[in-house]
Amino acid sequence: MLKIGVPSKGRLMEKTFEWFGARGVAMRQTGAEREYSGAVEGIDGVELVMLSAGEIPRELAAGRIHLGVTGSDLVRDKLADWDVQVAELSPLGFGHADLIIAVPSCWIDVDTVDDLDAAAAAFRAVHGFRLRIATKYHRLVREFLTAQGVADYQLVDSQGATEGTVKNLTAEAIADITSSGETLRANHLKILSDSVILQSQAVLFASRGADWTQARGVLERLATQLGLILPRI
Amino acid sequence: MSQPGNKAAIRAEASLLFAAFQAAGAVAVEADLLLPAETLLDLYGEDIRARAYVTTDPLRGEMMLRPDFTVPVVQAHMADGADPARYCYMGEVFRKQEHLGNRASEYLQVGFEVFDRTAPEAADAEVFALFAGLVSGLGLRAVTGDIGILMAAVRGLETTERRRAALLRHIWRPKRFRALLDRFAGRAAVPAGRVALLERLAGGAPDELIAQAGAFIGLRAPEDIAARAQALIEDAQAAPIKAPEAALLYDLLGLQAPAGAALGHLRGITPMLPAIAPAVDRFAHRLEALRARGVAVDTLAFEASLGRTSMEYYDGFVFSFHADGMPAVATGGRYDALTAVLGAGRSIPAVGGIIRPHLVAALKGAI
Repeated sequence: MLKIGVPSKGRLMEKTFEWFGARGVAMRQTGAEREYSGAVEGIDGVELVMLSAGEIPRELAAGRIHLGVTGSDLVRDKLADWDVQVAELSPLGFGHADLIIAVPSCWIDVDTVDDLDAAAAAFRAVHGFRLRIATKYHRLVREFLTAQGVADYQLVDSQGATEGTVKNLTAEAIADITSSGETLRANHLKILSDSVILQSQAVLFASRGADWTQARGVLERLATQLGLILPRI
Repeated sequence: MSQPGNKAAIRAEASLLFAAFQAAGAVAVEADLLLPAETLLDLYGEDIRARAYVTTDPLRGEMMLRPDFTVPVVQAHMADGADPARYCYMGEVFRKQEHLGNRASEYLQVGFEVFDRTAPEAADAEVFALFAGLVSGLGLRAVTGDIGILMAAVRGLETTERRRAALLRHIWRPKRFRALLDRFAGRAAVPAGRVALLERLAGGAPDELIAQAGAFIGLRAPEDIAARAQALIEDAQAAPIKAPEAALLYDLLGLQAPAGAALGHLRGITPMLPAIAPAVDRFAHRLEALRARGVAVDTLAFEASLGRTSMEYYDGFVFSFHADGMPAVATGGRYDALTAVLGAGRSIPAVGGIIRPHLVAALKGAI
């Protein structure tokens, strides 16, 4: 049996079902409308596991599911050495979003990461603490800022409504995913021009740590049906 | 996971080193395993979160599993230490590893620190010679450096105080330092985004531009924003660092030579960079002190940029001992400024270093 984890609700779930459905693998929710169980038709030996998109990276890393659909941003942020733990089978062409850094639009002196670094130095000198950047993408943002040589900042955790943290004075800047930028503009924020940390979309991942002895045959049939060329897993 | 037998062998190796440090006149000290995260974050910035285990205490807030001994030992000394003082310690440190591999996330460190006002270069030589003796026979390569020379060169640059401060702030981030130097020296074109930003800033008074930009939000005050806007305009008008002076700094950044030859080279460029003269004199004194302790300074490797990518507190002499295929077996250096940061108004020149006994044991074939 091959276990595939898919997002358990919302647009990500619908788009995932559409993507597989268009390739002759029908996925559907079973039971009551809000019950998190599903079924797969069109191929034998595949079990659907409905999960929160945020938990799919961890389940893949642990090998409790063989395949999983989730955002590449979540895999890169949650898994150390992500490409050693999972393999990308295919981008799915939806769920596009950029992880970016945004600052208040009224910061007329700040346009780039370089400006942010200089503003952070001055901010710390005036306020006595390091400039706060609210995010839930701790690893990706920290690695980006370290590589860029930015100093005098701190990351503060924000698991939701991150765009509101600046107005609420719990952060000076944010790092978050955005697709249209509308929420940012509505919250008086602007994107730093050179701050695209990651261009993310939904991806079908395979676990490198799962037990593939019983599932490899199913994977090869599934890959043929989906038109995928399998990497070494 | 380390083997129990290995742990015993490593501890035995550590005990030998610890005893040697005590025989060299150091007082054995202990330090807490759980350290307040705030002090470490203030010193090292956000990067320390990627390297140290963070945990929460219900009453004391965020705590870190000891990532090194320097901070607690300096704090203890600044609180009630003798003057001068020599300390040694032995215990576990914890480093989160962000990549799969065989680098240890928990290992013993044995260290030696000297707090002494009288003769800094003699103390540098004492520490280096002690370490060199303890790791002799392991076939290690020693490398030395001196961040003080680089800092003196930056402080002496003929440019604006703001540019000198920006370069000094990024001494420990070589990539950004290089980008800033390229820009200040006119070697890199002003980025298109900065040109556009400057044009916008030229279009009106800062408070008008801020008002036009929409609702004002955030803790960063309008006067902070206006001050930096003004600084950007002034900086755009500042003359580039003169080519000969910039060339000397680039040369210094890349200087790698045996210590004796490096001294000759530095003496040669001092007339053109007079601000480095005191730091070069200290380098010369240190080489004399090393020679007096039997160190072969004519073959001792010197790299002017050594120590710039390690923890952000070394500000003078630095050294490390290397073997192929493993992290540095021993490292150390001078951190005078750190004692001022942690000393609440007081400071004392300080130099020290650590040895990683698990690597020594591995090199000896004991594990």
